[in-house]
Amino acid sequence: MDVLFHNVRELVELAEKENKLISEIMIEQEMKMTGRTREEIFAQMDRNLIVMEQAVERGLNGVQSVSGLTGGDAVLLQNYIASGKSLSGDLLLDAVSKAVATNEVNAAMGTICATPTAGSAGVVPGTLFAVKNKLNPTREQMIRFLFTSGAFGFVVANNAFISGAAGGCQAEVGSAAGMAAAAIVEMAGGTPAQCSEAFAITLKNMLGLVCDPVAGLVEVPCVKRNAMGAANAMVAADMALAGITSRIPCDEVIGAMFRIGQTMHPSLKETARGGLAATPTGKALAAKIFGSAVEVD
Amino acid sequence: MKFTSVFDIIGPVMIGPSSSHTAGAARIGRVARDLFGRKPKWAKIHLYGSFAETFKGHGTDVAIVGGLLDFDTFDERIKTAFEHAKNEGLEFEMIPETANKEHPNTARIVMGDEMGEMSVEGISIGGGKIEISEVNGFKLRLTGGMPAILVVHDDRAGCIANVANCLAMHHVNIGHMEVSRIERGQTALMVIEVDQNIDERILQQISLIPNITKVSKINN
Repeated sequence: MDVLFHNVRELVELAEKENKLISEIMIEQEMKMTGRTREEIFAQMDRNLIVMEQAVERGLNGVQSVSGLTGGDAVLLQNYIASGKSLSGDLLLDAVSKAVATNEVNAAMGTICATPTAGSAGVVPGTLFAVKNKLNPTREQMIRFLFTSGAFGFVVANNAFISGAAGGCQAEVGSAAGMAAAAIVEMAGGTPAQCSEAFAITLKNMLGLVCDPVAGLVEVPCVKRNAMGAANAMVAADMALAGITSRIPCDEVIGAMFRIGQTMHPSLKETARGGLAATPTGKALAAKIFGSAVEVD
Repeated sequence: MKFTSVFDIIGPVMIGPSSSHTAGAARIGRVARDLFGRKPKWAKIHLYGSFAETFKGHGTDVAIVGGLLDFDTFDERIKTAFEHAKNEGLEFEMIPETANKEHPNTARIVMGDEMGEMSVEGISIGGGKIEISEVNGFKLRLTGGMPAILVVHDDRAGCIANVANCLAMHHVNIGHMEVSRIERGQTALMVIEVDQNIDERILQQISLIPNITKVSKINN
């Protein structure tokens, strides 16, 4: 059985031709591929949304990872927002803090929903629960946010990769940020084409990002990469909604990400042997956590 | 296409911290246990590539052991899987390997009890999705996303037809099938992906067909 779309161009063309939302195309494809009803598919996505809500809530109450490397930053940001002194805007920082909250819970071996991976699980829910306060979506629109994200992630996963081990952080947080940007645009009333522009603009600014976790833990720099992924998504969504387009088409940006990932050195693909993991402090932290020196090239 | 569902992208719901190193690892362990057919008494867990480098930090070790104990990706018991293994009489050993495998996140589980042994190699391809790449030395490609039957048999004419006939009699539809053998005329392996979960009764019947040596299944 064939899918309804193989790339972003086909996805946007189909949505435009049938005058449907991107989320709707994703739902129809899921129904076609699995034979399940719309209600079943919505119910499963609703359960994922509940897990995301609970993770954000837990993180905003403050968590600490086993290693002690991460935790508590979501709370610091919320307190800062409450002080009324934020420079980059409360909505943006709210998205950032909720992305951080989710990844802090993930690092603490808490329950999360991978979007598209666990290491990048903060960006989509972080932006969703922030823009929710501004756009007042219905529950159905919130669930649709996840289908729109999923549609773009689906294309990336099948045409490139979504894991840091395969393609670096650009494949994980880069994809997550693009997915979030596209979903924000749809929720804000943008067109399918604008969703695609938002994805392209976001991923362009994540290209080349390596996966270099200190001590191999999904903590440093993963939590803060989710923070910036959320910020990147918010700004790119606004740019697309303002009418700005990407000179390089979305599918070609994904292709570029794929080729960059293929040529990326293995030390920079989740092996904890390069980048920040190989800094003096990164190595010292690894030695401290595991009680002995971890070999780093 | 490697990814066919939106829930491969938005999901799974899981215990952190890594979808490929924790959730995917738990799934490899669980499918391995499924294929073995019961809880093994011992397991040697060989880790390759990024799995070997970072398994401690990602909880890959507790996740695989949790999977062998039949824990799902969102089962909170994964965190304390080592204790559960001890209580349930599963002895295991983690063996980080330096050899390069085709995929960076590969685990090879050799497990057994007094009744038999089995080796299963799995790869974690991202977002918690896995593929089983080898069973008892046979190369194959199995996603674990669909119910499947694995049949070890002597490489003789009629074997495949007999198994297919048995499934047809029970109205089981075959979605995908492949056969591999290490040497002509020796042992071969049939991998049959089917549309519905398989009843123990059907497995029993298949195991009675001549030249069939072992039957195992993965339910979904």
